[in-house]
Amino acid sequence: MTTTSTERTGSRPNARTIIEKIWDQHVVVDLGHGSALLHLDRIFMHEKTGGRMLRGVRDGGRQPARPELVFGTFDHVIDTQPGRDDTTLFPGGAEFISLYRDEARRVHVPLIEIDDPRQGIVHVVSPELGIALPGTTFVCGDSHTSTVGAVGALAWGIGVTQGEHAIATQTLRQRWPGTMRVRFDGRPGPGVSAKDLALTLIGRYGATGGRGRAIELTGPAIEALDMAGRMTLCNMAVEFDAWTAIIAPDDKTMAFLEGTEYAPAGAAWDQAVASWRRLPSDDDAHFDDELTLDAGAVVPQVTWGTSPEHVVAIDGVVPDPSRARDAAARAAAERALAYSALTPGTAVETVPVDAAFIGSCTNSRLDDLRAAAAILRGRRVAEGVLAICVPGSTGVKHAAEAEGLDEVFREAGFEWRESGCSLCVYIQGDSFGTAQRVISTTNRNFENRQGAGVRSHLASPATVAASAVTGHITDPRRLAPAGPIRVVTP
Amino acid sequence: MKPFVLVDGIAAPFPRDNVDTDALIPSRETQSVVRTGYGEKLFANWRYQPGTRIEQPDFVLNREPYRHADLLIAGRNFGCGSSREAAVWSLEQFGIRCVVAQSFGSIFRNNCIRNGVLPVVLDEAESSRLMAQAEQPDARFTVDLARTTIVDAEGAEVAFSIDPLEQEMLLAGLDEVELTLRRREAIEAFQRRDREERPWIWARADRDRA
Repeated sequence: MTTTSTERTGSRPNARTIIEKIWDQHVVVDLGHGSALLHLDRIFMHEKTGGRMLRGVRDGGRQPARPELVFGTFDHVIDTQPGRDDTTLFPGGAEFISLYRDEARRVHVPLIEIDDPRQGIVHVVSPELGIALPGTTFVCGDSHTSTVGAVGALAWGIGVTQGEHAIATQTLRQRWPGTMRVRFDGRPGPGVSAKDLALTLIGRYGATGGRGRAIELTGPAIEALDMAGRMTLCNMAVEFDAWTAIIAPDDKTMAFLEGTEYAPAGAAWDQAVASWRRLPSDDDAHFDDELTLDAGAVVPQVTWGTSPEHVVAIDGVVPDPSRARDAAARAAAERALAYSALTPGTAVETVPVDAAFIGSCTNSRLDDLRAAAAILRGRRVAEGVLAICVPGSTGVKHAAEAEGLDEVFREAGFEWRESGCSLCVYIQGDSFGTAQRVISTTNRNFENRQGAGVRSHLASPATVAASAVTGHITDPRRLAPAGPIRVVTP
Repeated sequence: MKPFVLVDGIAAPFPRDNVDTDALIPSRETQSVVRTGYGEKLFANWRYQPGTRIEQPDFVLNREPYRHADLLIAGRNFGCGSSREAAVWSLEQFGIRCVVAQSFGSIFRNNCIRNGVLPVVLDEAESSRLMAQAEQPDARFTVDLARTTIVDAEGAEVAFSIDPLEQEMLLAGLDEVELTLRRREAIEAFQRRDREERPWIWARADRDRA
């Protein structure tokens, strides 16, 4: 939610949140009324909007202000089928690719090319390569840019016009969003993942629960999460109406980033780490809103409708819309039920699926693929289920192959694809064919999001794998991992 | 950018929460790298029969007088989802200059401000009242951005608030980049200082380009 600018009324100068610390560091000019001109440390582009942004800058008679702080790769439009090139199943895709490449070359911004081993989904590769760093301001023309808040960056999505502004000035005019702290107490049980925590949060407080705030995710459950899980939670925060989400950097963050290509090295690394250790919120820092959730009580979750807030515990039933909080929510729920072709009271575990998708900026990292493979090892997807796995980056794909995970997926009957956004979003061309109901590790179950008439059920990688095996929505805890993950030394 | 000063016209009622940008413009309708031709693509999945441009007669924007709507009255979280700016281009090119909602997706809202479309947040009571009025086909509304009021169909004034910087930008149709580039000295001073304080932000990027 965004109303008018929020003044930092509760802010204490000597006890600041991580959000305030990063914000304050980047204020070039205080514009008044709660707005600031913020410096941007990183601008990341992709081929769906990057060319348009760069061309817009040029059409305005301008140049990129700091091309050395502008990065880009390919993910949205390119195919994920093996042997891909500049031609795409998406009609007009080649035009996006060539505009982007030509405009980037013109202003000397190096792009991570389609066939580069570092290629991948923007929000997977930017932390993987150390382009997103703790304490940085980071923007990208994609709503899920909040994902990289998981490394302690203040990161948010922007449109094309704001992208032009970002590139032409290396700044953005930004209204103070206000802050929220969401604390996850306890520890999730076996078979319960970061995706389930995210869906539980959205289900409980609704798709507007984040109120447009910058949200810090804290608590023992967050500390215990691996970096992939943290990215999943920061990613899904956008579906909670967060402006962004962030997790304070800790030892795991440093270990994840050290030695990556764009992270500082040597003395610069030490200097950076010393600075990053000062980022965590001060003990008595003020947050405008606070929520708490007991991670220990969370069970696997799955969506039934057309908003990420249409979520139930996997042992639950499709809810009755007459219990919605008001007329508008009831209308949305009724419409969602009609679109989803489900009846209130149906146990969600009895709902059959005819496709399964593992991928997207939400759940396509190595740990996600491992969680799915642990279920799939020694098993086959059910007859008639189309199953597709799209690693989040070429780096993830290679790492998974080095562990033999590709064989696990293939032997189970999954397609094993090249990295990209793929069927998270149907852009015409690639499709689930005749499949109508998809269980998916993606972030949006909107109407027609994954294809005309396609019904999407959002869930964790383990739940998607389990459901692919049984042919209906299935609690992954029913399928014990069939064996340890075999590590193959290449 | 087209300035937004005063808009007087018809409001289409859209009583639904969480209208996402995939609904405003499906991805398959974003196959062009230019910013024009989006009016007919607005709400394509709801407005037309599947795979055609044959109108669904009961969809609100296919009915009189709403096919000429200048405003849209929506529920909560309008424009959530994908950052695609074409969602705003399609609204604006259809002719809708103002959306009234209980809340907006933040990127969509930012995109509106930069395309001469006014996002107005009203509370539940006010927006429900306007929604009910909009369902009367002869209802007209006047949005006055300078005074930050909407005169509703019954002649009552509804005040709304907006960030003064955004108000100024919309009223004058200002180029935001131009405004910011007036601050170039401050930006460059920031960068000189930052290179000293946080050299790691700059070092690798420099090397990459060397």
